[in-house]
Amino acid sequence: MNRMRAQGWAFWIGIVLALLLMLMPLPTMIQPLKPYWPALVLIYWALESGDRVGIGMAFCIGLAADLLNGALLGDQALRLAVLVFIVLRFRSRLRFFPMWQQALAVWLLLLNNHVLQALIRAFAGVPAMPALSWLAPAVGAAIWPFVFLLFDDVNTRVRGKGAKSA
Amino acid sequence: MALPQKESSPIFSDATAGTLRLIAYLALAAILMVLDHRNGWLHRVRYASAAAIVPIYKIAAAPADWVHDASTAFVERRKLIDENRQLQESLLLAQARLNRMDAVSQQNERLKQLLDTQHLLGLHAQLARLIDVQLGPTHDRVMLNVGADEGVHVGQVVIDSHGIMGQVIETLPHASIAMLVTDPDHAVPVMLARTGMRGIAHGTGEADQLVVPNLPLSSDIKPGDQWVTSGLGGRFPAGFPVGTVTKLEHGPSGMFLEALVKPAAQLARSGEVLLLRDQPDPVGPPAPAPQVGPPASLAPTTAHASPASPARLANPNPPKPATAASAGATP
Repeated sequence: MNRMRAQGWAFWIGIVLALLLMLMPLPTMIQPLKPYWPALVLIYWALESGDRVGIGMAFCIGLAADLLNGALLGDQALRLAVLVFIVLRFRSRLRFFPMWQQALAVWLLLLNNHVLQALIRAFAGVPAMPALSWLAPAVGAAIWPFVFLLFDDVNTRVRGKGAKSA
Repeated sequence: MALPQKESSPIFSDATAGTLRLIAYLALAAILMVLDHRNGWLHRVRYASAAAIVPIYKIAAAPADWVHDASTAFVERRKLIDENRQLQESLLLAQARLNRMDAVSQQNERLKQLLDTQHLLGLHAQLARLIDVQLGPTHDRVMLNVGADEGVHVGQVVIDSHGIMGQVIETLPHASIAMLVTDPDHAVPVMLARTGMRGIAHGTGEADQLVVPNLPLSSDIKPGDQWVTSGLGGRFPAGFPVGTVTKLEHGPSGMFLEALVKPAAQLARSGEVLLLRDQPDPVGPPAPAPQVGPPASLAPTTAHASPASPARLANPNPPKPATAASAGATP
C-alpha cells in the first residue's frame, strides 16, 4: 500500500513536471522541436504499471493540459487517450524491447500523435504547425532512453524505500 | 499476448473492452472539441480557473527568466562595451537637448512673469519680442516684432515685468520702433512713490541712467526712493515703476537738485515685452453719458408730449477727449 502511494507521488510529480516543461518557453528557434513531455511520461508509466494509467486518466490529464495550453479543449485529451490505448495494447511486447527498438516505438507513437494533432488542427481551422515541428517526435525518441532511465531509477528508489518502510 | 487483468469483464474480452472505452473517450473528446470550438468553453473555464492556472504559468516561465537573468549576468564583454559607447553617445545628445531645454524653461519663466504682470494689473496688453536692440548715445530705440497690422499704434506704452520701458514712436506693417526711457529725447512724468513729489524723468542716453532735474533743494528725497509714473499728461498710466534714485546732485545752476535714477525695467535684457493696449483715461471732461430712456421711435407723437424731449437733450457734454489726449502726448 505504502509502495503504491509512493509510486503515486512519483507519478503525479512526473506529470506536473511534464506539464510545466510543456509550458516552459524556449528560444523561438528550438521551440517547435520541443518534445511532447506529457506523452513521454505517460508512456513510461503505462509501460511500467499498466493498472495505474488507464485511458480515462490519460483523458483527464489531457484535459488538464488543454486547460493549461489554452488551445482546443479535448485535443490533447483525445491524443493522449489514443496514445495510452496503443501503449497498453502492445505493453507486454514493448516492455521487453531493447532500448533502441523502444525508442523507435516511441518515435512512431509520437509521430502518430503528431499526425492526429495536425488533423485536429486542420479540422478546427487553426493555422498549421511549423514544418520544423515534424522533427519533434524524433527529438522525443532521442530523449526517450534518458527519460526512461531517469524514471526507472526514481521508480526503483521509491519502490525500495516504500518496501523498506512497509 | 493478453494482459492479465483483474477486473476483466466476462462478456467482453480485454481488447474489446479497451477498444470500446477508447471509442467512448474519443467520442467524448470530439464532442468537447466541437462544443469548445463553437462556444468557446475553454476560455470560460480558463477564465474561471485563472487563480489556479496563473501561478502554474509563472512557475513554468521561471526557468526562462532565470536563463535570461543569467545571460544578462554573463553577457559578452564586447557587447557591453558597444552598449556603453552607444549609451554615452545618446547621453551627449540628451545633454545637448537638455541644455536647450534649460534656455527654453528660462524663457518660459520670463514669459510667465510677464503674464503675471498683465493679470495683476488687469491690463489689456499685447506680447511682443525685441527684434533688434539699438542702444547708443544718440538713440535708445528698440524694434519690436509686431506692427500696425497687429494693432500697434504710435504712443502705446512698452513695459516689461519690472517697469516702464518706453513707448512706440513708429509703426511699420509688421514691426514697430519703440523709444526707451533712456533715450535723450524721452521724458516721463513721474511721482515719488514715498512722498508723491512730482517730476519729469528724462533719458540721458546712457543705457542705465535717467535723470529727474529741477527738484527743490529742500525736497524730501534720498537714494533708494522709487519713482513711479504719475499719470499726468495722459500718455503713461499711473503707478508703474520707472526707476530708483541712485544719487542726488546739484544741478548746473546750483539752485535745484538732480536725481540720478536707475531704470526699473531691464532695458538691456528683456527679450519679451508687453505693449499696453488701453490708453489711460484722458485728462479732461468725461465722455458723454449714454442716452437713457426709451428710444425716440417709441416717443408719443402727440403735441403735449413733445416739449419733454428737448428738455432731456438739453445737457449734452461737449466731447473733446481728442484734444486732451493730444495735449498730453508730448513728453
